[in-house]
Amino acid sequence: MTIYQEIILDHYRSPRNFGILKKPSRQVAVANPLCGDKLEFTVKEEKGVVKKIAFQGEGCAISIAAASLTTEHALGKSKEKLQNLDKNLILKLLGINLSPNRVKCALLAWEGLKKVVSD
Amino acid sequence: MDKIATIKKDFPIFARHPNLTYLDSAATSLKPLSVVNKIQEYYQEYSANIHRGIYQISEKATQEYEETRQVVTSFINAESEKEIVYTRSATEGLNLVATSLGSSIVGAGDEIVITIMEHHSNFVPWQQLAKKAQAKLKIIGVTPEGYLDLELDNIKYTNHISKIVNNKTKILAITYVSNVLGTINPIKEIIAQAKKINPKIIVVVDGAQAVPHMPVDVQDLGADFLVFSGHKMLGPTGIGILWGKQELFEKMPPYQYGGDMIKEVAIENTIYQDAPWKFEAGTPHIAGVIGLKEAIRYLQKIGMHKIHKREQKLLADALKRLQEEFGDNITVLGPQKSQDRAGVMAFRLADFHPHDIAQILDESHIAIRAGHHCAMPLHTYLKFSASARASFYIYNNDADIEKLITGLKKAEKTLTK
Repeated sequence: MTIYQEIILDHYRSPRNFGILKKPSRQVAVANPLCGDKLEFTVKEEKGVVKKIAFQGEGCAISIAAASLTTEHALGKSKEKLQNLDKNLILKLLGINLSPNRVKCALLAWEGLKKVVSD
Repeated sequence: MDKIATIKKDFPIFARHPNLTYLDSAATSLKPLSVVNKIQEYYQEYSANIHRGIYQISEKATQEYEETRQVVTSFINAESEKEIVYTRSATEGLNLVATSLGSSIVGAGDEIVITIMEHHSNFVPWQQLAKKAQAKLKIIGVTPEGYLDLELDNIKYTNHISKIVNNKTKILAITYVSNVLGTINPIKEIIAQAKKINPKIIVVVDGAQAVPHMPVDVQDLGADFLVFSGHKMLGPTGIGILWGKQELFEKMPPYQYGGDMIKEVAIENTIYQDAPWKFEAGTPHIAGVIGLKEAIRYLQKIGMHKIHKREQKLLADALKRLQEEFGDNITVLGPQKSQDRAGVMAFRLADFHPHDIAQILDESHIAIRAGHHCAMPLHTYLKFSASARASFYIYNNDADIEKLITGLKKAEKTLTK
């Protein structure tokens, strides 16, 4: 079965929350030097809740789709909840079974989100 | 019938995976049945240790093990089998030279020259040696066309070799064939001119991508050391060859100490074996050594000239077909003239991520490589984060190229935004 399901391709072709927020509460960059993937996250929070979040960068379809889905998931959630986000949730959002080699592509966004909502 | 036309039949993996299009031989080659059988023969018929058993199966194992040295000697035209050291890998051969010889001849203020197209295995050992010895690491660059940026007598580039090599240069370590660009470097000319500038320079050649694919004659090259690995030339993993000049081996201290590399051990002192055995401490990969012999015999039956010629034809066809099908959308790294390069094709297709390309090809059972191919400095230099790479060997044919094209069309369709 192909991992390039409609949901992945949709978020890869038209990533949600793509870009960079002006005057963010926090800004972090994460990278996977082995693949050359780089993602940058910006967030605006109010009272411990994510009001706006954005990402930009380059990567494979899986890492871009994962970042898009992750930011969608994070909107409106409390930082505290997101700090403890289970990495399996990202894999569940993607809706596919990834080989161990590709799991790291999906989890770059998870790493970025955890860092950008950290205290 | 031409042996090469029916070659896939010799490789049992194609019986198990009839749809496999294997295009990753630059990483490791597939194994013919004769090699698999030879390894099994050792384990089933004479799986004794070598050099010390006073019994028949140990003598048989020793004879089979040492015979590989003769086969390698004639394969690369070495002067004597004493110039052939069995290693774990090409990487280990390079580390052996860097550690054993390098640390005794390179001192503060000296220079080591490498190139930007080296595999990490011929990059990191010299980088670390230079750091330790406080020596200078000089790096020969690459032109936009994928050739070494090195002016030789007949080759015009910006940097003349005399600007790079001088009397302080102790070691020149250079790959014969780039595992990313495919470039076949003019090694013989480079060595001749480097030695003209500094006759004492030690030249170490990484032959991992050359020896499996073309005739290599170490005496003709004029190098001091050459390394290659068995698994890239139809042989088992875990066995490599370090060829070196005997007079250099004699002067070099052992790399590891232990059993099998000694003549005599007293409480205070040890007398080592002569080369090559002084570099082979511990029970070696006996089955690997014996399997490698069979792999070389298989290659010799076809002939290295023929293998090289055929791969160049395949490469020329591939470059032409990729250009026809994808035009400006595809960028094949390295020289565009097929006669200047080996059957290694790293490429970028549009702005698609190499991992996505490789994954979509895998859905059609096409195996290629994606990433930096253990050549991060080169990718940084070329400002590419990663590339996809298809590489050929004797079992590939034009049908494989067409399958690659069909697979890439599918990737293009899936990944176009």
